[in-house]
Amino acid sequence: MNFYANIKKQQILYRYGIYFAFIVLVAAISIGSPSFFKLSNIINILRQISVNGILAVGMTFVIITAGIDLSVGSILALGAVVATSMAHPGEYPVIVPVLSALLVGLCLGVINGYFIAKKRLAPFIVTLGMMTIARGMALVYTDGRPIINLSDSYNQIGGGYLLGIPLPVIVFIIVLLLGIFVLNYTRFGRYVYAVGGNELAVKVSGINTSRIIIRTYAISGALAGLAGVVLSSRVMSGSPSTGQGLELDAIAAVVIGGTSLSGGVGSITGTIVGALIIGVMNNGLDLLNVSSYWQQIVKGLIIVFAVLLDRKAKKQLV
Amino acid sequence: MSLTQQDYILGIEKVSKSFSGVKALDEVSLYIKPGEVHALMGENGAGKSTLMKIVTGIYQKDEGEIFIDGERAIIKDPKAALDLGISMIHQELNQIVDMTVAENIFLGKEPCHGRSHVINRRKQKELVRSLLHHTGISINPNARIGDLSIAERQMVEIVKAVSYNSRIIIMDEPTSAITDKEVAKLFGIIRNLTSKGVAIIYISHKMDEIFEIADTVTVLRDGCYVDSKPANELNNNSLIRLMVGRNINDLFLKEAVNVGKPALEVNSLTKKGFFQNISFKVCQGEVVGFAGLMGAGRTEVMETLFGIMRHDNGMVKINNKEVVINSPTDAVKHGMALISEDRKLKGLNLKGSVKANITLSNLADCCNIWEVIDRKKENQIVDEQIKLLNIKASGRNQLVSTLSGGNQQKVVLSKWFLTNPEILILDEPTRGIDIGAKQEVYKIIARLAQQGKAIILISSEMPELLGLCDRIIVLHKGNITGNFSRANFNSEVIMSAAMGQHQD
Repeated sequence: MNFYANIKKQQILYRYGIYFAFIVLVAAISIGSPSFFKLSNIINILRQISVNGILAVGMTFVIITAGIDLSVGSILALGAVVATSMAHPGEYPVIVPVLSALLVGLCLGVINGYFIAKKRLAPFIVTLGMMTIARGMALVYTDGRPIINLSDSYNQIGGGYLLGIPLPVIVFIIVLLLGIFVLNYTRFGRYVYAVGGNELAVKVSGINTSRIIIRTYAISGALAGLAGVVLSSRVMSGSPSTGQGLELDAIAAVVIGGTSLSGGVGSITGTIVGALIIGVMNNGLDLLNVSSYWQQIVKGLIIVFAVLLDRKAKKQLV
Repeated sequence: MSLTQQDYILGIEKVSKSFSGVKALDEVSLYIKPGEVHALMGENGAGKSTLMKIVTGIYQKDEGEIFIDGERAIIKDPKAALDLGISMIHQELNQIVDMTVAENIFLGKEPCHGRSHVINRRKQKELVRSLLHHTGISINPNARIGDLSIAERQMVEIVKAVSYNSRIIIMDEPTSAITDKEVAKLFGIIRNLTSKGVAIIYISHKMDEIFEIADTVTVLRDGCYVDSKPANELNNNSLIRLMVGRNINDLFLKEAVNVGKPALEVNSLTKKGFFQNISFKVCQGEVVGFAGLMGAGRTEVMETLFGIMRHDNGMVKINNKEVVINSPTDAVKHGMALISEDRKLKGLNLKGSVKANITLSNLADCCNIWEVIDRKKENQIVDEQIKLLNIKASGRNQLVSTLSGGNQQKVVLSKWFLTNPEILILDEPTRGIDIGAKQEVYKIIARLAQQGKAIILISSEMPELLGLCDRIIVLHKGNITGNFSRANFNSEVIMSAAMGQHQD
């Protein structure tokens, strides 16, 4: 029975290793720069990772099913322009643009999911196509020009505060709590893990796997639309070229957080830590006056390093 | 041992191996003579696979020595093992699914033009053809491995092992997916090899095969060496006693069951290219077995019945009402369950825990209106199942990938039980699991029959079919060639039906 006790220890190490790494990182930066641990800086970091965090929560669902969503950056842009086009002063109540962005994202996500689950096309290809199409749609919708002159209530979403905490952070926290709840406590969440572990076995077990997969892409798309609202509200304009490359940051957060690209394992809390590590690292390197070019290299190295550690920890399980 | 190391082609002396502080092998010794078929037996977890992985360079031993032809050998990786003349047929097929049969056989030793690294395809084709001819196996060398059945893929593994011209070939469950005709071919190949001085280490749970082919039997138990005896000095009981440490009475005793109304009725089920005009009936409490050779179409019939594949023609009635089954979801709704032939491919989520796998098919039962899982209820249900089926695991959160084959199979069975099926289809349910676990599965099947479930059992082990079934239906190349009631069971007649001779 000793064999089993050892397996449990390994599982714990693998699960909490990422938190340990995060603490080490924070400690290292705090030593290097005393202004890191100031409350204003911490709030800054949280605000900076909010958009990526929202995207990453949706991406977690998709990656756990062994899929990938490259279109979130473009859907974010489409959500941003659709929302801001309805957010001029005196037009609609602010809930309308927000819901529209969510709806647009949801629909595009469902389209992604349909081609992946029903037509059995590779997620990489489908979402790559959607990435280009959604970007095109945003450009067509705005004729290439950013949308400005937004109402104060819309700008509040990105610039306002609640009890001293920036609203984007509040939105992020609500999204992540919902995500954790759905993934860990509901039937759907359990199915997401199962489909990622072995889709065929789940299908043979009598469960409609297409529905599960489509829902994960729908979630990813909707959250991308929401992220578009948050981002466009913060910069007070809806630009069709916004969000480029954000899908990679989202994927990085998910992967660093311990979710395997081959599916079946992972967690939202891990993703949050991944997003935090990226955010802390960006912020820390800024405080240490490291050029943004070097920051890019460091970020890439951390991603590779994190995945290597993850792979090594997982190998010791079986 | 009065013989010296020189007399053995392979000498394993007091080898130990631990994983994370747990001893998998404890000073195990094994001596193999050239030209002998040496069976290595023991329950799952006894250490056979670990020992063989050390011999083939996949693992490194912690203690002990290995001698080849009397000389101390260091086997630091699989290539070193191959260079020393040791090759292995693995139980888990390590084949490149998208490559052809020929490419897989010559993987790593492709014949090239002269000294260049350009593959000499013509020579490869010739070599493959002569290998297949030599071993008497008829498989298209240009077929894609992924398109072959598990049985055919296993035959390819056998050919591959032979192609290494090794002096020691380890065969780990080489017959788990093939039927008696192919087994006879394999034994012919083995006898051919041993006549040339090649030593075969044969790992299998099939007792009758061991007694037919092996010269010597070594038994391991819980990582320790128990005993080595010439095969002719042992019988079923004494061998089981060595393996398990206790007597197991009679392989299986079938109790009489009251057979009820027809639960499942299949009429003229047809799928072009796979099977035609399959008609049969299964009543409540009845166990109907399906016998046949590899490629006969049994799995295809059941997968079509279950909605995994589309049928072209035919009608299915459940409890006398006609039903339409186009997907596994429909099948489950009508009270059917399918325990697939390949549990790792279709039965289990290997990345999941015992708990997640067991409750997968019936998660709705553990949920409240908001689709939230009631964890306490779920844990209760899972613990119940673990106890009921005697699943050996450290707890419900253990990953199923770390369970033995037998316990994995029990997890699959348990998952289906929770859907409360009335009709169960079991496709090779005891493949690759040890005697103790097999007995438990048989008991489970008997219990299910007593509860009035209708059971379909596909099996390639005649003793299993003869022992468990009320009726045996035989398939040959997609057609029913025989339908035998228990009173008329005769393994030779059943076998001839499996080979194509219609029995009426």
